[in-house]
Amino acid sequence: MRDSDGAQIRNSYLQKGALSPANIALPCLRVPEMPSAHAFFSLNTILWCFQHITLSSFSSQPILYSYFRSSCSWRVRIALALKGISYDLVPVNLIKDGGQQFSAEYKALNPMQQVPALKIDGITISQSLAIINYLEETHPNPRLLPQDPKKRAQVRMIADHIVSGIQPLQNLSVLKQMGEKKMEWAQNCITSGFQALEQILQHTAGRYCVGDEVSMADLCLAPQVANAERFKVDMGPYPTITRINKALLELEAFKISHPSRQPDTPAELRA
Amino acid sequence: MSAAAAKPILYSYFRSSCSWRVRIALALKGISYDLVPVNLIKDGGQQLAIINYLEETHPNPRLLPQDPKKRAQVRMIADHIVSGIQPLQNLSVLKQMGEKKMEWAQNCITSGFQALEQILQHTAGRYCVGDEVSMADLCLAPQVANAERFKVDMGPYPTITRINKALLELEAFKISHPSRQPDTPAELRA
Repeated sequence: MRDSDGAQIRNSYLQKGALSPANIALPCLRVPEMPSAHAFFSLNTILWCFQHITLSSFSSQPILYSYFRSSCSWRVRIALALKGISYDLVPVNLIKDGGQQFSAEYKALNPMQQVPALKIDGITISQSLAIINYLEETHPNPRLLPQDPKKRAQVRMIADHIVSGIQPLQNLSVLKQMGEKKMEWAQNCITSGFQALEQILQHTAGRYCVGDEVSMADLCLAPQVANAERFKVDMGPYPTITRINKALLELEAFKISHPSRQPDTPAELRA
Repeated sequence: MSAAAAKPILYSYFRSSCSWRVRIALALKGISYDLVPVNLIKDGGQQLAIINYLEETHPNPRLLPQDPKKRAQVRMIADHIVSGIQPLQNLSVLKQMGEKKMEWAQNCITSGFQALEQILQHTAGRYCVGDEVSMADLCLAPQVANAERFKVDMGPYPTITRINKALLELEAFKISHPSRQPDTPAELRA
């Protein structure tokens, strides 16, 4: 391990502002953005690959491929923060250059061509809940699942409802198909999903989605509420969702991982 | 109190891939249940929560490998199907697509299967992950059935095809098959 070289590279990339010790507890290395789909053999691509390989070869930290605004990425960032796991973040811009997730380099890493993906312990995992479950099993404290199997089922049911029943219907690729009906479509998906969720939460919620401990369900809830706000969904009919979301946003892990505080957050959206 | 627990009740639609996943799990674990046919299931994709609960309360036979990394692979594949492919071709979305319905469903499944085929080339043994049936397999077979309904050309996906064929030879996949349910219409019955 070339410690001094490693330290040097890390320091040269460490961003002030969003990543300063004041508002992020964990060291986080910013790597320049993914090359575009069109810049296959450009200097930019070569440089990115070099830095990426260098990072992978001597950084023993996990690497998270993330987009600031992706709710799926935010779920994983929250989990990493809650469990106190340091990681390096590689931004992947889903819009720029036709979508950097479609580049050949990213496809080789994650054939699903989506974020988030986490490189950890020699493997690459995609799908936010698969990542979160892996983190739960390998870093059990603090727990993100209750001990009781029935309560665990409730946590999973809520998480699954958001992750399979709401978010995919309003993700980028679907919205592209909806053309000018985009906003209305997204609002309908979220509204009908939240109607069901509000009812479920009335049975399961304590301070958080299930009882009084933060769980995987909460990791899914806050980012979905952020999506709802982006699509101007009226949150009036969902007092339980609103209350829980408010409580979650007061937690440090939800704050540091927030879309407004990421290395790739555009200046105009930065907190 | 020593009263035996009442049999679980499964609300199921013969053709729903989500219901079929759960029926397979119940069959594999040898859990008797009462089936209540429901005509229009809201596909909320919560079936993995049910399958996980069955896994935790009826651990044999296992549907998740012991190794956490292999478990992550199983979950990644299952989630890809359950969140990344199936919801995009579910009833409510298809209704919106009008006459573009078939094309839309084929595109969703095709692009999902392209990614899946690549992943499986790294993870598969006899089944999706190694040689033991897992939650990934419970999601795969129903999704292939959907692909066939939408006339997706399976030519480009030899690994998916091979695994699906091996799964359909298993008793649990046969008894739970859409063509053999109490609510299967006569013309679709096996």
